[in-house]
Amino acid sequence: MTIPVFWRLAIVAGAVLAIELACRTGIIDRVTMVPPSQMAVALVRMAVGAPWFWPDALSTFQNIVAATAMSIVPGFLIGLIVHAMPRLRAVLNPVFLSYYSVPTFVFYPLLIVVFGINSVSLIVMGAMFGIVAMVSATLASIDRIPRVYVKVARVTGLSPWQTAVQIQLPAATPHLITGIKLAVTYSVIGVIAGEFIIATSGLGRRLKLAYNDFDTATMYGLILLIFIAVAIVNIMLQHWESRVHRRWYRT
Amino acid sequence: MKEHPPHQAWTDYAILVSATILLWQVAWYFAGSEAITPPLETVRRLGVLMGEARFWGHATATAVAFFYACILALAGGLVLGIAIGASRTAHEILMPILSTLYSIPKIMLYPVILLVFGLGLSAKVAFGAMHGFFPVALFAIGAIRNIPPVLLRTARVMRLSWLDLVRGVLLPAALPEIVTGLRIGFATTLLGTLMGELFASSEGIGFMLIRAMDIHNVPDIMALTLLLFVVATVANILFLGVENRVRSHGT
Repeated sequence: MTIPVFWRLAIVAGAVLAIELACRTGIIDRVTMVPPSQMAVALVRMAVGAPWFWPDALSTFQNIVAATAMSIVPGFLIGLIVHAMPRLRAVLNPVFLSYYSVPTFVFYPLLIVVFGINSVSLIVMGAMFGIVAMVSATLASIDRIPRVYVKVARVTGLSPWQTAVQIQLPAATPHLITGIKLAVTYSVIGVIAGEFIIATSGLGRRLKLAYNDFDTATMYGLILLIFIAVAIVNIMLQHWESRVHRRWYRT
Repeated sequence: MKEHPPHQAWTDYAILVSATILLWQVAWYFAGSEAITPPLETVRRLGVLMGEARFWGHATATAVAFFYACILALAGGLVLGIAIGASRTAHEILMPILSTLYSIPKIMLYPVILLVFGLGLSAKVAFGAMHGFFPVALFAIGAIRNIPPVLLRTARVMRLSWLDLVRGVLLPAALPEIVTGLRIGFATTLLGTLMGELFASSEGIGFMLIRAMDIHNVPDIMALTLLLFVVATVANILFLGVENRVRSHGT
């Protein structure tokens, strides 16, 4: 274990322990927060005992995967098209720059009217949130391919297709991965927020129900679960990103 | 991207705005008034809303909460970001923790915020600040870490005083990215404040929005969405202006 990893774990463990103590000694009262150990117990109890747990977890997971796919693939393709048309890009540039300053959730009711209260609405919400990050990352990644690569490809007589697959795509990979990372993060946020606001299934909805019923243990168990899941996905993506970056910029 | 002559920038804006209005009109044509209010009627509805006294009460409530949340998020994010960015070790240890906290769906913490702060102003402020804090901090860290080491070495060789170092080297080198962080932090704080009002409030624009959603008042939803869109975009354009000036000043 490296030294930074050790300290990171120590900080997280210290924070958990501090909350545990604060809850046990009554500094934080039971209605506000249950001790982390009880959150974990509640989570395990849900996972083995609650009939809704696995179907709801599966539904959230599927929606997130679909939303991620719906932001990465179309986002990449739109990025390619927009990059090929500089004038279109100039027109759309303010949209890319301002997109994340507009609260996307205000479109939720419209999506529900168009798609109904179902998974499709949730997936579209997640994808709407993630797609622009992917488009921007695709544009940036193509911009940063050194011109000389393409010149070399031309000199060595590669076809346009070979140039795209063997030269341009690998050269664009590091920035594309940053876009994929953002698309995943935003899809997760979009789907869970959507479930929380309006949904008929999923962990986000369970969280809201638990809160409405003052079922603090279930509520914190679910928060813990989402927290851990997001942390694991995030760490994996960061790991992947830094590995690719290292491979590319190692000279 | 290449600089365009100013008249083309205006044409581009004009194309973008007219294309948006056209798409909006076409979408209304297909989806119907059940889902979408057409552009002209939305503007008219917004005008009617803005003529009512209760609207300005809600707008003021949002503005006050947003103001406090912004101060907390921007100042807190900057201080923490610069402190972490200044130390290589702190950066290595804390950066993954911060980026994980940034990527969790904060909406799931809304019950916690409500339990801690209760309904009202402080819950909204906390919710807004929580959203804006992390991007500001992450960008500030990036800004400090990305200062080329050669600049610092040069400053040492030239025996700059501490004040000259900050004023002459560090600020100009880090400022553009810091302003980008402030721009994004500003937007996410607004988003967080509105989200807080959706659930944790009985006044504010977010509250008007959730009430309109509940009774399926499409014209009001559309009018408020338009308003938020315009406010967020104008603020974003102003920040971008500052960003460009800072950037050109630095080079």
